[in-house]
Amino acid sequence: MNNIVIIGNGISGVTLARHIRKLSDKKITIISAETDYFFSRTALMYIYMGHMKFEHTQPYENWFWEKNRIELLNAYVEAIDTDNKSLRLANGSHLNYDKLIIATGSKPNKFGWPGQDLKGVMGMYHKQDLDNLEVHAPNKEVCKRAVIVGGGLIGIELAEMLNSRSIPVTFLVRESSFWNGVLPEGESQMINRHIKNHHIDLRLSTNLKEIKSDENGKVKSVVIEETGEEIPCNVVGLTAGVSPNIDFVKSSKIETGRGIKVNRFLETNIPDVYAIGDCAEQHEAIGNRRPIEAVWYTGRMMGETLAQTICDKRREYKPGHWFNSAKFLDIEYQTYGWVWAKPKENETHFHWKHEDDTKCLTVGYNKDTNEFIGINTFGIRMRHETFDTWLTEKRDVDYVMNHLSEANFDPEFYKHYEAEILSAYNKQLQTA
Amino acid sequence: MSLAKPDAINITTKQKVALATGIVGLLILALALFNTNFPNQGVFLTLALGMVSIGTIIYSREAYLTKLEGIKNDGVWFKSISSRGVWGWLVGVILTSFYIVLYFYPQYLGLGVDGAANTGLISLFDPLSQLLSGRNASQWFVYGTLYTIAILAFGYKFILKYRHNRYQQIRTISVMFFQLGFAFLIPEFMYVMNNDLPYYDLKSMWPLNYYIFDEWSVSGFLSNGNIGLALILFGIITIFVISPILTYKFGKRWYCSWVCGCGGLAETAGDSFRQLSSKKMSAWKIERWLIHLVLVFSVVMTTAMVYTYLGYDSNDFWLTKGVFISLVIGFLTIVFAGIMIFKRHELGKDVKYGAIGLFAVIILLVTMHFTGTTEHVFYVKAGALRSAYGIYIGSIFSGVIGTGFYPILGSRSWCRFGCPMAAILGFQQRLFSKFRITTNGGQCISCGNCSNSCEMGIDVRHYAQKGENIVRSSCVGCGICSAVCPRGVLKLENDSMNGRINPTEILLGNDVDLMELVNEK
Ligand SMILES: Cc1cc2nc3c(=O)[nH]c(=O)nc-3n(C[C@H](O)[C@H](O)[C@H](O)COP(=O)(O)OP(=O)(O)OC[C@H]3O[C@@H](n4cnc5c(N)ncnc54)[C@H](O)[C@@H]3O)c2cc1C
Ligand code: SF4
Ligand code: SF4
Repeated sequence: MNNIVIIGNGISGVTLARHIRKLSDKKITIISAETDYFFSRTALMYIYMGHMKFEHTQPYENWFWEKNRIELLNAYVEAIDTDNKSLRLANGSHLNYDKLIIATGSKPNKFGWPGQDLKGVMGMYHKQDLDNLEVHAPNKEVCKRAVIVGGGLIGIELAEMLNSRSIPVTFLVRESSFWNGVLPEGESQMINRHIKNHHIDLRLSTNLKEIKSDENGKVKSVVIEETGEEIPCNVVGLTAGVSPNIDFVKSSKIETGRGIKVNRFLETNIPDVYAIGDCAEQHEAIGNRRPIEAVWYTGRMMGETLAQTICDKRREYKPGHWFNSAKFLDIEYQTYGWVWAKPKENETHFHWKHEDDTKCLTVGYNKDTNEFIGINTFGIRMRHETFDTWLTEKRDVDYVMNHLSEANFDPEFYKHYEAEILSAYNKQLQTA
Repeated sequence: MSLAKPDAINITTKQKVALATGIVGLLILALALFNTNFPNQGVFLTLALGMVSIGTIIYSREAYLTKLEGIKNDGVWFKSISSRGVWGWLVGVILTSFYIVLYFYPQYLGLGVDGAANTGLISLFDPLSQLLSGRNASQWFVYGTLYTIAILAFGYKFILKYRHNRYQQIRTISVMFFQLGFAFLIPEFMYVMNNDLPYYDLKSMWPLNYYIFDEWSVSGFLSNGNIGLALILFGIITIFVISPILTYKFGKRWYCSWVCGCGGLAETAGDSFRQLSSKKMSAWKIERWLIHLVLVFSVVMTTAMVYTYLGYDSNDFWLTKGVFISLVIGFLTIVFAGIMIFKRHELGKDVKYGAIGLFAVIILLVTMHFTGTTEHVFYVKAGALRSAYGIYIGSIFSGVIGTGFYPILGSRSWCRFGCPMAAILGFQQRLFSKFRITTNGGQCISCGNCSNSCEMGIDVRHYAQKGENIVRSSCVGCGICSAVCPRGVLKLENDSMNGRINPTEILLGNDVDLMELVNEK
């Protein structure tokens, strides 16, 4: 039982491998068809923007893998034969395993738009997408306009990337306000304005109808569903979400839904086969979490947990309080606990926004018990540990508002807004 | 090829004009260098320095004030000058040549020898020197002026670049102030008040100021009565009292990125090159060896120097050779013993070499003292040691390589590999300071922006992605890693010494039981 094979060298597969190595002497092989070495997907944008080179996005130096006896194999897995515990690779060879972990991540969604496979149309997920973008949008002369379809976290990153090379961007967002399925109204609208301040042509409540081709099979323009307007462009970025990258699993006996179905121990229906990271789908959602969580931290935490199981200390995946973060152009966003776009029944929000329109915060709490349930901050950094503790201790919202400065994580000498926030909060209580 | 891309980062017409203005200013200086005799030197000097400064100011205003506040690193790795391209190498060669001439062939800059009048570049600076201190310029005055202008002009640029970040702004104002006041103006005024006093930049401590305990310097101070005595006492107090207290409270940043002139230049004029410092483990290994070797060298050299000019007879002066060497050995032994008793388990990779070095010095001094070879070795070798140090460390390492190689090795290669002052402060920072960079729980996404911008070559991400605080002796607390982190993961702070170093395996946010199980040591 000592031959461990991991498909996927992303954060989940690599975290798992590192922890197995710490706990044991098992043989570990990581297979990936994307890059030879692990790199940070979250940093793809900074390569295009010239902040870093590709090698800087690799968290470990190349000697790390040999030193830790983690074998790396650059190959594409075509099929899994769970009866014989064997993988078929695209180069025709086979590889046996004792335990298999599938950590193949996601792929960009495509919703069957006409023209979605033309040259110059791309997602932004893999290293290859970045190389492709470099070909089609090296500068504003070659790419006179780019259209981005889908207003999520990757969409806004792509907009920022293109903006850094002065390429005009039209940003088509289906929702009536940016990412308002996740962000409460006030925050979402502040980000709308911030996007426009960056001279990005943001089109809300706008859907893509089709992508048109020129005579060479390259994208020439897009047509908008609602108005029929045709927008000439050289690049179309499809960033309408991601879904598990598991097509090659479908022919096997491993049970799949949208992702690979796993139980709380990250085990699939087949013994000795596990799935972690973006591609794993929980049978039942854990708490308020979604059954598939395509975020960095989830992949890492699953890797940390599964290593215990693989090393014979079987352990349930029990993530702690939800947290996440992102950056919308110049505005940093952090969240701890749950703040829903629209408060659930018996919940309510306190919202504060700074007059400069780049900082705001939303606190969610239970209106009956006053229990604090989560916070979103924009333009103000918060201390993870403090909120994690307050959530565990089930503090009430008054306590949190009065102790907010303890959680502040902004650099030294930054201006503090806690007093202003508190007085706004107290005022709201009086009028409510 | 990095050269194929930069057309993405065009500069505006206004910036081109600004660039041209600056270049004309530099051209005037270059003409002077090649012995063009300008009729009215005061006017041309003002013109030259004015154009360089105004060019930089307009350029940076156009670069930053036309955009929204935020991180401005677009295209850093595409631009030839900041990514070791042709322009980078060219600037490196020009700077290096300038330093070689400055240190070793000042006559080519026009220094008048044996009382002859200055010519060329140095004579162009005569009017300013006359104005400040009533004497003609020297090559060091020229260098000091250009150095100060560079820190002021690029400091302004830096403040605009980080106009959303008050830590960066205040810190930069501080280095600009210390350079202009302490390194440039005050020594000139001190000369006016008392022209026998040796040049003394009050903020420059031993061992950075390695010549302060030279015989000529000490006797220069002592022959000036109370002021001189006060100054040399101040020098000793800064090293043994003020600096340890400040480093305990704030980390070595209070000096390295708030006060020091070498740091000041690196943070301002060197800012465009910070990403070039190597983050490889192998570079860190070289760093640990090199910086501590330089430290050992400077301690032995200074001890030897002082030793040679002290007397034998305690009736003349209580501090005799014997007393002095015993004091040095005693002091070093107390420090070493203290560390071994209280901090043995916290040495980590970075200060282990420091401790070894310290131990080596003690053994060396003790053996020499008791075998009676001190006399011989120090007498014959002190002068040689001192001049070797001056040439190889003081000039070549800190100037020629340290600054000349900015565009190749990054902006802080001297501070990182060579500065004995940084070694001492770093040693204390690692072992005995409230300073650390706190990592924000599990928020790191391993993107690498922090490591990329660390001028000291620290792989910040290595710690951040493990949820571990950064407590490294080399960190100068510039705060750029924290500024560029897109997820708000890093915070420089001074807090209690307990739990400052916190290696973790499982990060905050995961199963609490698992965290407890695995993280307990
Ligand atoms: C641009 C961008 C920005 C992001 N920013 C953030 C962020 O700020 N915060 C955050 O929390 N999350 C972010 N994410 C999401 C985060 O990156 C993912 O959740 C995470 O990388 C998933 O890790 P993983 O290990 O599950 O899979 P992946 O990183 O996708 O790794 C899977 C690997 O397996 C390979 N593979 C797949 N199938 C096969 C096969 N059959 N054979 C061989 N190899 C195969 C893939 O090529 C890939 O290399 C971002 C994602 C993108 C694309
Ligand atoms: S670790 Fe951060 S604060 Fe320290 S020197 Fe590096 S960039 Fe500056
Ligand atoms: S600390 Fe910040 S900048 Fe550094 S790798 Fe983590 S997320 Fe990136």
